[in-house]
Amino acid sequence: MAKVAESTLDGRVPEGPIAQKWDNRKNEMGLVSPNNKRKYDVIVVGTGLAGASAAASLAELGYNVKAFCFQDSPRRAHSIAAQGGINAAKNYPNDGDSTWRLFYDTVKGGDYRAREANVYRLSQVSGSIIDQCVAQGVPFAREYGGLLANRTFGGALVSRTFYARGQTGQQLLLGAYSALSRQIGLGKVTMFPRREMLDLIVADGVTRGIVCRDLVTGQMETHTAHAVLLCTGGYGNVFYLSTNAKGCNVTAAWRCHKRGALFANPCYTQIHPTCIPVSGDYQSKLTLMSESLRNDGRVWVPKDASNASSPDAIPEEDRDYYLERRYPAFGNMVPRDVASRAAKERCDAGYGVGSTRQAVYLDFKHAMERDGEDVIRSKYGNLFHMYQKITDENPYQVPMRIYPAVHYTMGGLWVDYNLESNIPGLFVLGEANFSDHGANRLGASALMQGLADGYFVAPYTVGNHIATNRNSLGDIPDDHPAVKEALANATDRINKIMNFAGRRSVDSIHRELGQIMWNKCGMGRTKVGLQEGIAQIQELREVFWNDVKVLGSGQAFNQGLEHAGRVADFLEFAELMCNDALHREESCGGHFREEHQTEDNEARRDDKNFCYVGAWDFQGVGEEPVLHKEPLEFNEVALSTRSYK
Amino acid sequence: MSGAGMNLTLRIWRQAGPEDKGGFRTYRLADVSEHMSFLEMLDVLNEQLTELGEEPVAFDHDCREGICGMCSLMINGQAHGPDKETTTCQLHMRRFRDGDTIVIEPWRARAFPVVRDLVVDRSSFDRVMNEGGFVSVNSGNAPDGNCLPVPAQDQNKAMDAAACIGCGACVASCKNASAMLFVSAKVSQLALLPQGKPERSQRVLKMVAQMDEEGFGNCTNTSECEAACPAAISVSNIARMNREYMRALVCSDETV
Repeated sequence: MAKVAESTLDGRVPEGPIAQKWDNRKNEMGLVSPNNKRKYDVIVVGTGLAGASAAASLAELGYNVKAFCFQDSPRRAHSIAAQGGINAAKNYPNDGDSTWRLFYDTVKGGDYRAREANVYRLSQVSGSIIDQCVAQGVPFAREYGGLLANRTFGGALVSRTFYARGQTGQQLLLGAYSALSRQIGLGKVTMFPRREMLDLIVADGVTRGIVCRDLVTGQMETHTAHAVLLCTGGYGNVFYLSTNAKGCNVTAAWRCHKRGALFANPCYTQIHPTCIPVSGDYQSKLTLMSESLRNDGRVWVPKDASNASSPDAIPEEDRDYYLERRYPAFGNMVPRDVASRAAKERCDAGYGVGSTRQAVYLDFKHAMERDGEDVIRSKYGNLFHMYQKITDENPYQVPMRIYPAVHYTMGGLWVDYNLESNIPGLFVLGEANFSDHGANRLGASALMQGLADGYFVAPYTVGNHIATNRNSLGDIPDDHPAVKEALANATDRINKIMNFAGRRSVDSIHRELGQIMWNKCGMGRTKVGLQEGIAQIQELREVFWNDVKVLGSGQAFNQGLEHAGRVADFLEFAELMCNDALHREESCGGHFREEHQTEDNEARRDDKNFCYVGAWDFQGVGEEPVLHKEPLEFNEVALSTRSYK
Repeated sequence: MSGAGMNLTLRIWRQAGPEDKGGFRTYRLADVSEHMSFLEMLDVLNEQLTELGEEPVAFDHDCREGICGMCSLMINGQAHGPDKETTTCQLHMRRFRDGDTIVIEPWRARAFPVVRDLVVDRSSFDRVMNEGGFVSVNSGNAPDGNCLPVPAQDQNKAMDAAACIGCGACVASCKNASAMLFVSAKVSQLALLPQGKPERSQRVLKMVAQMDEEGFGNCTNTSECEAACPAAISVSNIARMNREYMRALVCSDETV
């Protein structure tokens, strides 16, 4: 059993009824006067939805912002690839939606493992996000009367999802990027592209800056500030194959963890049900097909496992629409974790389709008969185009083949209600934190959370940190011991990697790690498997540090070195993920322990023993981490077994 | 999956840094699967080069699903290769034949200096955006999203323009290295929407001035940009930007 800290963690949730909590907190927070804001520097790492919106909003308030991203431009962060949409409790369709219902759906969808107060605030500000984006010129889909259109996403019985064709993430990110660009033009944000954060500067227990590497010149840099916002996304690439961009990594979050920031619920990973299946061992990434497709597509496999006919030769009566069969109330629109497990169950039982038998059909035939091909094309044209590009099959004529793939990570650095980590002055926003999605995220909620954190939460809470600590937050000189130590630490690690003359390529080690994680800590997990996984990770880490081969120089543009640094951190992080999965002796959301399931293969939660956030405290590489528990209380939504039947 | 793959000859531009003169190197790659993406084919090459102790070929890429705009490459003289409306990361090897020679170069334009091998610096695009590619609205200022109806037709045209991924293929494919398609996509998106109207004159004047400042060439209406664009941005946006520019010069009080 894991070592457990004696005291419990406090999420510092405000007093009062749930609907008043955010107002109460805003009223009690310290303020920095408008004239004084220009005296304070804020660092934002990452320029996706959370980072770009936070950087722009803080600069609008008057702070001096420095923003960093590893891509060549802030416009390329992986938020851009989100397809389907963004939720908001606007109730424009008049179908009974409300702040409370979005809150309820999100808590339930998260399988009762999120902090209620955070989720309620998310729901409260969701409408303002849509307003803000519309005002920026985000071209959301509209009805012919000119008003905003909505569609339905998984886990909900109302239409509350706003969208811009199948490119919602792109349009929202370009909106946030435009706000950021405006502040760069005004000189309030200094942008540092092609920079990778490699360490956190903590002086006297307070966050004071970052160390980063200029990826073009290889120069190491230190940047100091009065607050640091980490908006660096999730860790899905620990699986090597995922729907994440190739550059997505855990490095910035992991380096903060090694400096003392608690890492919460790392085992909560989301496997998305509708992705294009793996086709070969050269494969470099997986591509998502938006959940919105399940509005019109029906998921099925043949009733007879030996039926290998082409899908159009299989008559209706020989098809098993297993989601509709098992979950009549929600049908094809069950949440992602439920849909993914159901697909795995059918394929494991031998009913999978296609050459690898690791796929199920997603069929639009009925929708096209009902609405016509043109309507389907207008809704999903770009997705069908992408599918055809990758598979060389025409989804207007044959059903898509889909299979689950790693997509999103609900776990992340632990934060309190103010999105501040346990290291004062380090704020964590968006996918990088753990806060709002519990053990499973509902579709169209990631965009909502990233923008809520950046536009409407951090601008208040970062100001509070500065205002309440202004007497102790003096300027920090570049030769401060904490700055020098962090710089030396990050530089040493680079040098260590570069000084090897090993034989194994970084990519081959990363692929091997991905295999271990998918087999041992993927859609189904067991105690024995996780223990084996941990041993294999430790061995692979040894291989890395004894035999990795990185060519070129540390003082130049070197993509091999960038990748090596990220894989080195994944190799440490992966062990924590397995430890977390091992300790959580229950099944909830994206965490499915095969020992804990009902007779009909549904997840069995254990609220008596595991209704808490598991936040881990780093004790050294290979050392057993210490578990801090934040108990979760459900005062508004009664704890119950999730049912989508 | 092996055995029936293609054998390819790759002529790839190698350049150690901005100051290096650079040149082509020839590599042979065997047993390439037709199901691979173009970038996966380069991954395989880089694994081989690493094995042999030669530094891998640097190229920009990230999402590998055609939306981030990070990937580039001139492939046999065509930006993003031979397929219409397709980024390099979405180009698949089934488009090529056994025995083919493929020539791979970086984007070439004065405003996009080479960083290393196939990687170029496109920060000039960001600097054009910083001058006016936005609506000036601070967080928290917005009225209700439905208080400003937008005709579905206008919204659709704005969305067509907003789909630009900022990859730079338009510049790379233009004989003048003009950025008119890129700049006009943003100018059009915001000119078509009511939210963009208050700043429309200032926006077009400032963005065009910065575009010139960065060293992009002029447009001579060849439409290579439209042919190369993976996001299907239409040259009608350039016509709209020209109208916006004339209108701003003649009908507004704005000056550059």
